[in-house]
Amino acid sequence: MKYQRVAITKEAVEILKKLKTKFGELIFHQSGGCCDGSAPMVFEKGDMYLDDSDILLGQLEGVNYYMNQDQFDYWKHTHLTVDITEGRGSSFSLEIPMGVRFIIHSRLLTKEESEVLNKK
Amino acid sequence: MSYSKPKFKEKYGNFINGKFVEPLGGEYFENKSPIDNTLIAKYPRSQKEDVDNAVGAANKAKDAWGKTSVTERAALLNKVADIIEEHLEEFSLVETCDNGKPIRETLNADIPLAVDHWRYFAAVIRAEEGSATELDSNTLSLIIKEPLGVVAQIIPWNFPLLMLSWKLPPALAAGNCVVLKPAEQTPSTATLLMEKIADVFPPGVINIIHGFGPEAGKPLASHSKVDKVAFTGETTTGQLIMQYASKNLNPVSMELGGKSPNIFFNSVMDEDDAFLDKAIEGAVLFAFNQGEVCTCPSRLLVQEDIYDAFMEKVVARTKAIIQDNPYDVNTMVGAQASNDQFEKILSYIKIGKEEGAKVLTGGKACKLDGEFGNGYYIEPTILEGHNKMRVFQEEIFGPVLAVTKFKDEAEAIEIANDTLYGLGAGVWTRDAHQLYQIPRAIQAGRVWVNCYHAYPAHAPFGGYKKSGFGRENHLMMMNHYRQTKNMLISYDKNKLGFF
Repeated sequence: MKYQRVAITKEAVEILKKLKTKFGELIFHQSGGCCDGSAPMVFEKGDMYLDDSDILLGQLEGVNYYMNQDQFDYWKHTHLTVDITEGRGSSFSLEIPMGVRFIIHSRLLTKEESEVLNKK
Repeated sequence: MSYSKPKFKEKYGNFINGKFVEPLGGEYFENKSPIDNTLIAKYPRSQKEDVDNAVGAANKAKDAWGKTSVTERAALLNKVADIIEEHLEEFSLVETCDNGKPIRETLNADIPLAVDHWRYFAAVIRAEEGSATELDSNTLSLIIKEPLGVVAQIIPWNFPLLMLSWKLPPALAAGNCVVLKPAEQTPSTATLLMEKIADVFPPGVINIIHGFGPEAGKPLASHSKVDKVAFTGETTTGQLIMQYASKNLNPVSMELGGKSPNIFFNSVMDEDDAFLDKAIEGAVLFAFNQGEVCTCPSRLLVQEDIYDAFMEKVVARTKAIIQDNPYDVNTMVGAQASNDQFEKILSYIKIGKEEGAKVLTGGKACKLDGEFGNGYYIEPTILEGHNKMRVFQEEIFGPVLAVTKFKDEAEAIEIANDTLYGLGAGVWTRDAHQLYQIPRAIQAGRVWVNCYHAYPAHAPFGGYKKSGFGRENHLMMMNHYRQTKNMLISYDKNKLGFF
């Protein structure tokens, strides 16, 4: 596909690779709400129950990136880049014991991207 | 007046079966203060085996504890309240150091409120009764409440001791034993409390486990020897915990945040008086606790005919906020709790600007001098835009206010309810009809009317929609921690006649 909704930085790929070596297949799920919400979480594939209400935004290094439909309605005009920063988020996201935390940088989709990605 | 960083030991243990113990794997993590990024202490990096021990201790203690009298349990809860109160300054200082919030908040809000929640549940169990109903002249139905057994509680980092004090007292009052995991960003006041009350409860009644979510939180939430899980946090972890609980057919209660609207009708500006002054403060409460509150009034809705005049006052009051050394009693806004939160907030401000929001004040990190230069400070920020923007829809958990205008009651209600969440809301007006009708139309568990950010015990708190379920801070929370035993007694000497 010419345009993507999600991308990932080089630094975040390095962490993702380490996690894949340790845990095997993974998924990203975008969280909402309190505290450590509004951030991407990474889990072992199969740990989180996913269904039609979880929208697949794209794939990063073979890892699917999901977001709940309700949340997606407010996010669909933006492009997300997964990055990594030092930090100590709580939650069950697998990178946390490494002392780092995945975060999202966002920008608006360009007109061309939006026409392709959000066409009905 | 200013305090300075409190003293800590080099490392602390888990509190299991009435004693501090080292983690079995021998691993620790470093906990740093967000005020200046300096080390506080090392805390256990617990694993599944440590959780097993804590859950085991709680299970061993539950039969005896569940049979204690309410007199006894109430006395112990009151004792904890007295101990926290006696050491109010010490708890406040440790909390400020660990979380980054200003000392004026911990001294005047976090810790005194925590004390009161222990006293409230001590009082509630002395006053409450079961029921007896005569269903017919020979049949009596007795309703008796029994403890669940062992409760797992996972709490957040924004009000560490206060969240512990929302969770522990009702569970203990109901006769349960507890395994509680504080957030890994803020393990200190839970540990300090266990040092102070180590001998108050029988061993195993309260157990505190430190560590990371995937390593300690998940084994606790999914443990088959736990009878209930209570969680405060975000939606994805909330869903996971419900999934794990479904395997054990365990009840759960969830408090998952919000994007709370704070609505100001034009009548607030009818007079230039004390009430208007209170209303302006009410709008600026978005910056309370650095915006790290699940009910942060982060969406400001102002009626269009007062918009300019009202916002002029709100911006002026926001600019007057003192953001400085959190140990200074004059400081109003301190540090964000961690670097990843700091980065996340800045990234939201950036996307807000890109979406076309106008920065009315703030909009960037706040660089403090000296040792605080390494801390995580963000200027209280007001972004003007519309409700479809991401900064209006997502919980930023920082001192960031998104403001928009509305023309009439119908539009105010529409915007207020156009959110995935329903935890808190504020309604400000001098109109007696609006005072009742608007709060009733808002889909949220707590609507503050002509006030905001009050959290007294005895007022139920919890969410609608994706903000979760369960009602804390109130007698009704007890039923989230209990079974209902119904004894159906027949006084009829005669058989049914079927066989």
